[in-house]
Amino acid sequence: MSNAPVDHGRRRFLTIATSVVGGVGAVGAAVPFVASWMPSEKAKQAGAAVSADISKLEPGQLIRVEWRGKPVWIVKRPQAMLDELATHEDKLRDPESEVEQQPAYAQNRHRSKKPEIFVAVGICTHLGCSPTYIANDFAAQVEGVSSGFFCPCHGSKFDMAGRVFQSVPAPTNLQIPPYMFIDDNTILIGEDEGTA
Amino acid sequence: MFKNLMSWIEYRLPFMEKMNLHVMQYPAPKNFNFWYFFGSLAMLVLVNQILTGIWLTMNYEPSAEGAFASVEYIMRDVDYGWLLRYMHSTGASAFFVVVYLHMLRGMMYGSYQKPRELLWIFGMLIFLVLMAEAFMGYLLPWGQMSFWGAQVIISIFGVIPGIGDDLTLWIRGDYVISGATLNRFFALHVIALPLVLVILVFLHIMALHEVGSNNPDGIDIKKDNDGTVELTEADKKFTFHQYFTRGGKKVIVDAIPFHPYYTVKDLVGVAGFLLVFAWVIFFLPEGGGYFLEPPNFEAANPLKTPAHIAPVWYFTPFYAILRAVPDQLFGAVFMFLAILALALLPWIDRGSVRSIRYRSGLHTANLINFCVSFVALGVLGVLPAEGIYTLLAQIFSFTYFGFFVLLWFYSKNEKTKPLPVRLT
Repeated sequence: MSNAPVDHGRRRFLTIATSVVGGVGAVGAAVPFVASWMPSEKAKQAGAAVSADISKLEPGQLIRVEWRGKPVWIVKRPQAMLDELATHEDKLRDPESEVEQQPAYAQNRHRSKKPEIFVAVGICTHLGCSPTYIANDFAAQVEGVSSGFFCPCHGSKFDMAGRVFQSVPAPTNLQIPPYMFIDDNTILIGEDEGTA
Repeated sequence: MFKNLMSWIEYRLPFMEKMNLHVMQYPAPKNFNFWYFFGSLAMLVLVNQILTGIWLTMNYEPSAEGAFASVEYIMRDVDYGWLLRYMHSTGASAFFVVVYLHMLRGMMYGSYQKPRELLWIFGMLIFLVLMAEAFMGYLLPWGQMSFWGAQVIISIFGVIPGIGDDLTLWIRGDYVISGATLNRFFALHVIALPLVLVILVFLHIMALHEVGSNNPDGIDIKKDNDGTVELTEADKKFTFHQYFTRGGKKVIVDAIPFHPYYTVKDLVGVAGFLLVFAWVIFFLPEGGGYFLEPPNFEAANPLKTPAHIAPVWYFTPFYAILRAVPDQLFGAVFMFLAILALALLPWIDRGSVRSIRYRSGLHTANLINFCVSFVALGVLGVLPAEGIYTLLAQIFSFTYFGFFVLLWFYSKNEKTKPLPVRLT
């Protein structure tokens, strides 16, 4: 042991340098622990696009397709349903679909590429339940509207374009996934011309 | 021979010394009533949860494919598996019963006030970890309510602006709740959180023993040794560890050693608790659909939402506040504020008289208001959010927060009764 006087400047420098290098090391070591919580390659694979055959879809019928584990609805809307969309826009929270819940090509009154084919993620935007499709008796929920979607969890209501009605818990319209028509009878959900 | 062995150990690890300090020579106020059972009962339930939990993992399979079936296997085919599982599931509800009563005790007698703020904070941390532990445990049976309850709770994180969606993706480890979510919740439920919980309980007790136990009178039993303190015959009867007398600077009055006096008294509490606990396990294991909810006897199905999603009863007061606020983000904010307000109680309450016995009638009324609001919110959280229920939830959320606001105002210049010098 030498009896040299303590060099406080040097000691402070060494303390700070050690802390900084150690801190960087700790952050680096934390990366694998945090990153391992992200979806695995397998989960990402399972999240790939799915195709659906809509050739047998009847007017007014709803079919469910599973995409990324979520139910995706495909509804063939008859002309009467499409006409009705214009009649109750004063009761909607976001009739113009200004909140980005859809690709740009679905930001219109019918919220779809082809007016008659409606594609939407069937999960309520409130807290993730799946609303029920009510084809004829929706007037019990909203006066003067004959069909729509009703969420049994907290009572949110959506019209046949997935637009949310006012004074329900859900804040936004239903989400529209990216999709494209491969041909007249096949629809690919999860990918469009933009997201190849 | 044995004595030599003991002193050999004692020299290297002062076990008896620590036992004396924390158990045999720990001064506890002599006037504890039944409200003081719930701390030791919480410890008992913790031990029950750890033991039955370890045994359940021996047959449980943490995977989306096997979880539901393995729980049924435990219930039907494993010898006494049903008992271990019901002890664990009933234990979860019992944990919250005793913890809520333990917290109410602290509020009644002002046990959070100076110098016990840190003790209270550790308690609140235990409560938070306990809620996370219970929430993650509820996913493991992989029933319908496990799945959809988790869906609702994880979605709450999604309302955080900017990072919400990425955060929920990170928590789930998938685009939906899946086997990946189940497996990580299993790891957290059986290893990570129990470890944290045990460490926090240790710190809670260490912090308690440093400042000493409060009591129903809310007055100190450690007095300054300035020669004015008159000791009774009873006071002279016991010797307490010198650590607590601070080398003669303090005198301890109206105290009895924790062991054997309160260990034996707590045994009475344990017996009473186990009577009720066993009755529920054997005759009402599903708790009328509140401990184990009916939809959870159906395997998780991501494409089918149960008609009515309600969390388990112990979350419902906070869930009711979440739903009462029309805005998603503010609903979540107010839910967290409801818990934060409790944690800040030592600073919201600006009074110096601790016990409800010597505080104003206004304070008693306010505390009753808190209890009524909490229970009412708990009931409303189970009911569907529609019509009058939403309005009632809003009213009781208002009175819940009103408790804290009122307390802050009147506690500064509260009209209190004179405090006794000695325990009554």
